[in-house]
Order: sequence, then structure tokens, then C-alpha cells
Amino acid sequence: MRNAKNIGLSALLFCASIAAWEAVVRGFEIPAFILPPPSQVTLALWRGFASGLYLQHLGHTLLETMLGFIAGSALGLILGTMVAMSRPVEFFLYPYIVMFQSLPKVALAPLIVVWFGLGLTSKVINAALIAFFPLLVNTMVGLRSADEERVSLMRSLAASERQIFWMLRLPNALPFVMAGLDVAMIFALIGAIVAEFVGAQKGLGMLIQSMNFNMDVSGQFSILLILSVVGLLLNRGVMMIRKRVLFWDPSEKERAEQERVSA
Amino acid sequence: MVTEAISVQSLSKLYATRDGGVAALEQISFAIDEGEFVAVVGPSGCGKSTLLKILSGLLAPSGGSASLRGTPIAGPRRDIGVVFQAPVLFPWRTVLDNVLLPIDVQGLGRDRFMAAAMDLLALVGLREFERRYPWELSGGMQQRVAITRALIHDPAMLLMDEPFGALDAMTREHMNLELQRIWMERKKTVFFITHSIPEAVFLADRVLVMTPRPGRIVDDLRVKLGRPRPLDAMTTPEFGEYTRHIRALFNVKGGLDA
Repeated sequence: MRNAKNIGLSALLFCASIAAWEAVVRGFEIPAFILPPPSQVTLALWRGFASGLYLQHLGHTLLETMLGFIAGSALGLILGTMVAMSRPVEFFLYPYIVMFQSLPKVALAPLIVVWFGLGLTSKVINAALIAFFPLLVNTMVGLRSADEERVSLMRSLAASERQIFWMLRLPNALPFVMAGLDVAMIFALIGAIVAEFVGAQKGLGMLIQSMNFNMDVSGQFSILLILSVVGLLLNRGVMMIRKRVLFWDPSEKERAEQERVSA
Repeated sequence: MVTEAISVQSLSKLYATRDGGVAALEQISFAIDEGEFVAVVGPSGCGKSTLLKILSGLLAPSGGSASLRGTPIAGPRRDIGVVFQAPVLFPWRTVLDNVLLPIDVQGLGRDRFMAAAMDLLALVGLREFERRYPWELSGGMQQRVAITRALIHDPAMLLMDEPFGALDAMTREHMNLELQRIWMERKKTVFFITHSIPEAVFLADRVLVMTPRPGRIVDDLRVKLGRPRPLDAMTTPEFGEYTRHIRALFNVKGGLDA
């Protein structure tokens, strides 16, 4: 797919839809507080970056997201390992973890802001809480999916359970863990933004909220644009790490193969 | 003097099922001499894999005993090398790292075994492949890595569970020749499980014939063919005598696909 002709076609399609958007808004005289034309969104974007306003808030949201991602992933990895490796832990703890997960965690954000304040902490905690579950489940499944024959091989070598864990189960779980990280990264961003909605002094979520009060719809659009680009870049970052870590994984190879075939 | 590597005494294994138990093995007794190549041939379900699991210490017998070099087998031991039907390589390890897995597990120190690993890889014809990953190798090459891994810690005995069963016919014949060559060079005691009668006759000094339900040994056949045996040996009348004899045993007992 990735040849010059198609890239040109894709760019053309993009320009055409932006032009159509602009034309519709102007032609039907839609007010800017309902749907702003792309020109105004671009203007808002430029102003926001030129004044340094966006960068400052973006930096704050990114910090919350990354801290939440790291904390949530670490928690998910540790809890997932404990649940997968210990029957008692699974029996006593796992039902509560599932109950907690079935709770819409967006609904927890107000409480977390009340408990941990308007600052960084509440955002990091909310991001971590949303990010941790995909890691937990994937770690669990990954650790338990070790091939029976490989386990037999390790046992026939008189390997200890600890050795089987470090030399077999953990590397075997890596493709699952990386898939979990993929999801957790985006979840952490959502968690941070939601907590900013509820109450914050800084961050892109807070900015969207305050623009909403001021009927600055172009501004909101410009931030949505930033958020989608940030989400994309974060996702790409995790994918790059995955490619490095999982160079040996056949499914990773298939993915690369397909990309090459379709190129 | 020839010493006994393996001694198995009235070994039995019962699997519990919903309607009572199934005797996977019943009253199995045999001995294998040091350096002997013994093949076990039988249809699927005759308990040959169960027998191998017991010898490798992965499974406890219901009755009787098995011992290796005079000490009873009670759990996995470090002086046994096992080759399974699948190569069972670790995809995140290079060929060399896969071969050194037993050394890592048993904490023997890689430095001391590096030369041995390279020698063995040369022996199986994988000299230039030590830095490759398993997915870069063909099925036959992967199985040769598995054999190398089973030999690296210089085990007293090599247990092989249908190691070439998943390979195509041509590769399989080639691997049979290779295994014969490796065995003649290293003189390990080999316990080789297969469901191919010609493979058993071609490779082994002795063929144990097993039939199912309950799993028991119905014949212990000494193959008196000279070594090294070329693939052409399979077309000689003597070879045909052996395979015919074994096949007849299965036919009496209810066929190969029982």
C-alpha cells in the first residue's frame, strides 16, 4: 500500500475533506460555537502553542500520564505475577480485582480527587488505576500460557520452580505483557484527562473544561487534535519498544512480514 | 565388562479414569547395557511415552522400579538428556544459548562448556548457525539443536521420544543416518521411542516391541546388522526379516492402528 501514488492519494483525500469541512461551515453559516471551521481550529492551535500555554499544560498531562502508566503497569505486573503463580492469592484476591475492574473507573475519579487533591497525585493515581488492569490480565495469561512441553523439558533438567519462572515463564509472557503495555499507555492518558476534568489546576483536560465554559469550541477542537496526536505517538513509542524486545516472537515476525508484503 | 545402564523391574503404571483404572504399563522388565542403542516400537497408546516419562523422572510408577547406573530414578535427574518429538527450543535464545540451557539450569558454568557446545554443533553440522535463532532454522536443524542440547551436559543416557516423528520422510532418513553417526562417535546409551518399525530396526542394537492395553513388552529383538548401516541396508533381505517379524507380532495382537 505504501507507494508514492497512494501516499499522494491519501494526502489529497485529507485536503479535500478539510476543504469540504471549511466550505460547509461557511456555506451554511454554522456558528463557531457549534462547529468551528478548520481555519479557526488551526488559528487556535497556533495561538496556543505560540503563547506557550499548550506546551505547559501538555507537559503536565504527559507527566501525569507517564507516571500513571509506570505505576499502573508495575502494579499490574506484580499483582498479575502473584495471581498467576499462587493459588491462594488467586483464590482470595482475584474476585475483588475482577469486581473492581467491572466498576466504571471514570466514576471513581471524583472520589480520588477529593482524597488526593487537585494536584498531580490524584491524576497519577487515576491514570494508574485505569492502566493497571490490562497489564494484570495479560501478565496472568502470559505466565500461565507456557508451553507444557517446555515446562516438561525444564523439569527433566531438574530445574527449580524459580528457574522455570525466570528462564521460561517470564520471557514467554513478554508478548502478552507488551500487548498489555500497548493498551495501558492509552488508558493512562484517558485516566489523566478524566481526573483533570473533575478538578485540576493544570493539564489539557483542565484546559478543555475551561474552554468549554468560555464557549471556545475552536480551542477545544485544537486540544482534541493534540490529544489524538499524543495518543498516536505514545502508542508508536510502545510499539517500537515491543519490536526491540520481541524480535524473536513469530507473531511479531508475521506482522512485519505482512507489512512488507503489502508494501 | 559391560555394565547395566538401565534396569527396569516389573514396572507398572495405572492411570485413574472415571470407570476404574487403565493399565498404561504392566509388568515391564528389561535392562539396557552401557552404550547400547535400544529402540521401543509400538502403536500409539501402548504406553511407550509413559515408559519414557518414568525413565526421565517426570512421572512416578505405580509399581516396580527403574534405576539408572544402580541408583533408583525418583524424580528428574541431571544425568539424563531428553529429546522430545518437537524440538522444544526457546525462541528468545540463540542456537548456542539453547544448547547451553542445561548448563544454565544446572549452574555448571558456561565457560567450561563453550568448547564442548561448539564441538557438538560441529558434530551435528550446525557449526555456522550458533548465533541464529530457532525460527531461522528448518525443522530438521531445530531437532539437531535439540539433540545437541540433550548431549551438552554429557548425560549417562539419552532418552528420545519419537524425535523424528514430525519430520518429512526424506529429512527423517537423513536424521537417522546423522543420529547413527553421532551415536557411533559418542557411544551414549540411547533409549529411542518410535512407531516406525523400519526406523527402529535401522537404528537399534535391540528392539523392544510393545503392544497396548495393557502396555507390555512382547518381544526383545537383537538386530545383528553391521555398522555403520547405510540407508541401503533397509532394502536387504535381513532387514526385511526383522521388520516382517515385528509387524507379525502386531498383527497377532490386533493390528498397528489399535
